[in-house]
Amino acid sequence: MLTTELNIADPDGFYEALIGLHRDLTAEQSRLVNAKLVLLLANHVGDRTVLDEAMALARRGLVPSGEDRAMHAVA
Amino acid sequence: MRSAVSAPDYRNLTFAYARSPDQDAPRPARHPVVVVGGGPVGLTAAIDLARQGIPVLLLDEDDRLSTGSRAICFAKRTLEIFDRLGCGQRMVDKGVTWNLGKVFFRDEPVYSFNLQPDAGHQRPAFINLQQYVVEGYLLERAAEFANLEIRWKNRVTGVCQDDDGVTLEIATPEGDYRLRCDWLIAADGARSAIRGHIGQKSSGQTFRDRFLIADVRMTADLPTERWFWFDPPFHRGQSVLLHRQPDDIWRIDFQLGWDADPEIERDPERVIARVQALLGPDAAFELDWVSVYTFSCLRMDRFRHGRVLFAGDSAHGVSPFGARGANGGIQDADNLAWKLALVLRGLAPETLLDSYDGERIAAADENILNSTRSTDFITPKNEASLAFRDATLELARDCGFARRLVNSGRLSTPSTYRGSPLSSADTGPFSGAMEPGAPAADAPVRTAGRDAWLLRETGSGFTGLYFSPDAPPAETLRALRAAAGGALPLAILVLTPAGAQVPALDGMTVLEDAAGLAADRYDARPGTFYLLRPDQHVCARWRQFHGEAVQAALARATGQG
Repeated sequence: MLTTELNIADPDGFYEALIGLHRDLTAEQSRLVNAKLVLLLANHVGDRTVLDEAMALARRGLVPSGEDRAMHAVA
Repeated sequence: MRSAVSAPDYRNLTFAYARSPDQDAPRPARHPVVVVGGGPVGLTAAIDLARQGIPVLLLDEDDRLSTGSRAICFAKRTLEIFDRLGCGQRMVDKGVTWNLGKVFFRDEPVYSFNLQPDAGHQRPAFINLQQYVVEGYLLERAAEFANLEIRWKNRVTGVCQDDDGVTLEIATPEGDYRLRCDWLIAADGARSAIRGHIGQKSSGQTFRDRFLIADVRMTADLPTERWFWFDPPFHRGQSVLLHRQPDDIWRIDFQLGWDADPEIERDPERVIARVQALLGPDAAFELDWVSVYTFSCLRMDRFRHGRVLFAGDSAHGVSPFGARGANGGIQDADNLAWKLALVLRGLAPETLLDSYDGERIAAADENILNSTRSTDFITPKNEASLAFRDATLELARDCGFARRLVNSGRLSTPSTYRGSPLSSADTGPFSGAMEPGAPAADAPVRTAGRDAWLLRETGSGFTGLYFSPDAPPAETLRALRAAAGGALPLAILVLTPAGAQVPALDGMTVLEDAAGLAADRYDARPGTFYLLRPDQHVCARWRQFHGEAVQAALARATGQG
């Protein structure tokens, strides 16, 4: 089960490190760093149930306002 | 004897239209099976039916083979099917055998995979062979069957079915005529006219990306491997795939992006510049074939519509990453032919054909799932998926887990027909991959003093594999012979350990498990019995042979269970 209560010893220090991770990066560079971070942590967690819960929680409440580059096709 | 000099140029062959007496018949002539489409799928279905004694008529609207090299990668399972048809060896002799794939990111190798890590299979993971050569060889095999007729320049313009059969309207250079058939196999490709004639469609998603195929002729000292680049220095921001074909032809596949103009991209000067960027300014090569394409992942809701059966691209479409189009379609034909032959011979009810629908729809979904996942990696749909793609590739250098996420195509492997109504459930414990529904594994064997392969000894009908430590006792032999002599022909193979010295057995084939791999792969113990379908998929297995259980499993496997 996904832990949503505090589980980090020094929360303010962690948050500072997370922000520091992105210092002076462009939006594109940040996106790459975040993607790597997600992949590394996801592999560390491993448990697919936990990962699915986290993904659902991360997207909760968002109304999609973008569009993926794919089209419905009929032949 | 065939020689390289006299080999026909399959690309430029044309086949003459010939008037058929059917065109002058007062009433539409009736055929048991009409196959529409002379591509790899239609030809496979036609040959497989003909070799089972069914008269087949194949109609093709054109008079040529595939215009370009198109589907160049033919998988192990396809080669095993071609072996059943009697033309596998020729394909392998001519094709370029490969097992290794390498993935590069920018200019560094990040991942490599071996598609056939274990020995003891007759056929390699893949051969590369131009589609027109595959079609040419299939066509020459088809010509060896007196009960297989091909009519070129015969275009189906109308299809109408009733309870009793299908009526086809056909246009030829000499006017129109009509035919009746019991069953129609529509292997007429992605833009299937038959599909339209019966008011059906194939739906799914189209990816907003374009790709350029450049087949170039050159003598290059490169290894026979599949090379895939993400964002290489010679084609920034896109991917490139390199494959070797026979006759010094190399396939280079350039991702172009959605905004590329297909007309401009086909310009030879422009293509040559792209190839030169990859090979270097001094490389000597000439363009052999160029094509710009987009692709979709599509499928029909059902593949069986009464007496009309869809196979190959007419039934489903996949992206090219993973070589699952032609290979999947040939497996459709493999699945359909034996069932249709049994129905036509009155040995199975028509409902057996519903299992074609069920099994091959599940297989198509598996192919679509895998090729869609590959496409999502290769052609990111938004900025986040591009970031994850690049993150995966960058991490792959140092992190093992990320290498496994790199997806440049998950290459075609046959489906296990899990949950098929034709399979009988295990009654004893088994481990390993040979569960009911699985494609039977190969293994080296010896028979009558010569080296052979297990799969080559199967596939002409239902086959029983009986694993025996030595000569089976008389009582077992009687029971095996009784099983073989039922209403449905059943070939019995007795598999013994290497060196068991079992004498020849009347009405059965004795195979020595030369390397012990058959027993390993089938998790066999003394007395284990496997029942294989004519398409070489497992349909039942037992720890001990019971004649009644085998008859029940045979009934089930033929839609009578």
